[in-house]
Amino acid sequence: MRSPVRGQFEHGTSEYQPVEGRIVWIDDHTADDKLFVIDLPDGVSLDHEPGQFVQLFVPGVGEAPFSIASSPTKDGPFELCIRAVGNVTNAIHDMHAGDVVGIRGPYGQGFDVDALAGEDLLFIAGGIGLAPLRSVINYALDRPDEFGALTTLYGCTEPAEQLFPTELQEWADSDVMDYRQTVDEVPAGQEWDDNVGVITSLIPPLEFDPETTTALVCGPPVMYRFVIKALREKGLADDRIYLSLERNMHCGRGLCGHCQLNELYVCLDGPVFHYPTVRDKEEAEV
Amino acid sequence: MKALDRSAFTDLIDGLIELDPRPVVGVQDDGEQYVFDRLESADDLALEYDLTALSPKKYVMPQRETLLTYDRRDHEYEMRAEADPTGHIIVGVHPYDLEAIRQLDKIFIDTLQDEPYRRKRENSVLIGLTMQDVGETCFAASMDTATIDAGYDLMVTELEDAFAVDIGTFEGDQLLESVSTRNATAAEIERVEQINQALNESFERGLDFPPSELPTLLSANYDNMDFWEGYAEQCLSCGTCNVVCPTCFCFSVDMIRDLDGDSGRQERRWDGCLLEDFATVAQDENFREEVAQRHRHRFMRKGWYIYERYGDIACVGCGRCTAHCVADVADPCEVYNELREAQHA
Repeated sequence: MRSPVRGQFEHGTSEYQPVEGRIVWIDDHTADDKLFVIDLPDGVSLDHEPGQFVQLFVPGVGEAPFSIASSPTKDGPFELCIRAVGNVTNAIHDMHAGDVVGIRGPYGQGFDVDALAGEDLLFIAGGIGLAPLRSVINYALDRPDEFGALTTLYGCTEPAEQLFPTELQEWADSDVMDYRQTVDEVPAGQEWDDNVGVITSLIPPLEFDPETTTALVCGPPVMYRFVIKALREKGLADDRIYLSLERNMHCGRGLCGHCQLNELYVCLDGPVFHYPTVRDKEEAEV
Repeated sequence: MKALDRSAFTDLIDGLIELDPRPVVGVQDDGEQYVFDRLESADDLALEYDLTALSPKKYVMPQRETLLTYDRRDHEYEMRAEADPTGHIIVGVHPYDLEAIRQLDKIFIDTLQDEPYRRKRENSVLIGLTMQDVGETCFAASMDTATIDAGYDLMVTELEDAFAVDIGTFEGDQLLESVSTRNATAAEIERVEQINQALNESFERGLDFPPSELPTLLSANYDNMDFWEGYAEQCLSCGTCNVVCPTCFCFSVDMIRDLDGDSGRQERRWDGCLLEDFATVAQDENFREEVAQRHRHRFMRKGWYIYERYGDIACVGCGRCTAHCVADVADPCEVYNELREAQHA
C-alpha cells in the first residue's frame, strides 16, 4: 500500500460530488440562448472570481462546463447563459424553474481583478463570448472606483443574436461605461440602427490610452487573431491583453486531458489567460 | 534483503489468495500473450514474462468506473459521488510499470486529489518483480526504468532455487510474516546485483541520449511538421497507443441511464488523444484536427508536457505502444532518436 497523504486533502470527500443547484429563473434571450439563474443550498453564494466556470450536471443527460455570467459582487444565485448546441445544453433548455441540476466548482483562473485595479478596461465580446465577460463587466460596473474608464464592444452575427437585451440597453444609456455594438449583417425582417460590420471594425475609431488600458477578450475561436491584430495596431502591448478561451472538458480539474492546449490545461491554467502566456502556443489559435 | 524458498513463495501467494479479502492478481500466460489477471493459485504465475498486454494501471484506474450516481425521488434528485475502494494485491510488476504508477500517484493523489484513484491505490499492494526477460520493443534501461529502488511493497527477484525479496513498505513486511523467511545470503544478494547489471546490458533497443534531454529536443521540434506529418501518414488514429500506455490517463465521462429513467450514473472511461474528436468542442470546432497534430501531441506529452507540469518524463520505455501499433508509427524510441539524429546531422 502507499502511505496516505494525510493533511493534504480531506479523505472520503470527492471532488466529483456536485452540490444541488435549483433553477429559480429562466430568461429567454434568443432563439438558442437562455439565461439560467441558479440557487445553491441554503442560499449560499458560489464565491467565484469573474471569468471562472462551473461543471453543470443534468441528471440523465451529462455534464458540461459553463463560464459564470454573473458577477460575484452580487450575492445569492448565480447565472449561466447557455446556448443550445449539444446534449447537455439542449436538455437544460427543456428544464423549468424549480428543476434541480448538479454544480461543481467554481474552477479555473478567472480575471485577476486585483491586478486590473486602476486600469482603463476595454471589454471585447463576440457572440456567446459576452457571457463570461459579463461577469467582469458587471464587477467593474458595481465597483467603478476600482477602475478607470470602462468600454465594452459587442459584436454579433445579427441583431436577433444579441444576449442580455435589457442590460445592453442599460449599458448604452449608462454614463459610467462607453458601450458600442455591431452586427455582421441585418437579415430582412430584423431592426437595427447601429453599426454593421465585424467586431474589429469597432476598434480603429476608439480613443484609448494604450499605456493605461487593458483589453479583456472573449468570443468564437476565429475572432481572437483579428481582434488582437487590431489592438496591436492601436498601440496596445501584448501584456495588456487577457483572453478567455473555450475548450472541451470532462473533469474540469486537470485530469481528463480534453482541454489541453500544448502543455497548458485550460481548466487549471485558464480559461482566462494572459495573452503572452498563450501567444506562441499553436493550439491556442490566438 | 530477505530470501524465501520456492515453496515459501508459493505459500505466500496462495495464502494471500485464500485469506486476504482483496483480489490477488498477477502475470499469467493466457496462451497468446502475458496479461495481469485474477490468480487462482500461485501456479498460475508466469514470472518469466517479458511484457504484458496492458499494465497494472487498470487496477488503480479501471477502463470504466463510476464517478457519480443519481436517483430521482419525486421531483428531487439525489446525486452521490462514488469511489470504488477495491484494492488489489498485484503480483509481478516490472520496474517500468512501478515507475508509471509512481507518476500517476503524483498526479492523481499528491496533486489533483482524485478520490476514486486514491482509494484503490492506497488499498492496493504492489509486489514488484525484477525483469529477467526483455520484450522485443522494450527500451526501459535507457529510460532508467529497468530497475527501481522504491515504489513497491515487496520487490521479488527469482533466483535459481529461491526468491530474494526486498521490503519496500511496512505492509510489505507484514505480508511476509505468514511464511518462513530468512535473511538473504551474501551470495544471493550478489546474484540479485548481477541479474540487474546483466539486465541493463541485455536491451537491444534504447534511447541514444539521456531522457532528461527530451524536453529541449521536443520543444525545438514542435514546428517540424514535415517530420510529424511523415510519421502520421500511416497513423490510423485508432488510439491503441493510448490504451496500452501505462502513463496515459486521459478519460471521458459518459452518462449511463438505467432503464427506469429515474436513475443512472456517470462513468469515466479511458480516452485517447489520438482519437479524432478528442479535442472537439461544441459546433464541431476541433483544436487538433489533423492526425499529425494528434500524433505530435502524444510524443510531446510523453517527453515534454508532463515534465513541465510534474517533472517526470512520461514515457517509461515499456514498448507496449510499439508492440501494438498496427501501422508501426508509435515507437517513441525511434521517433525520439530520429529527431535527435536529425538535430545533430
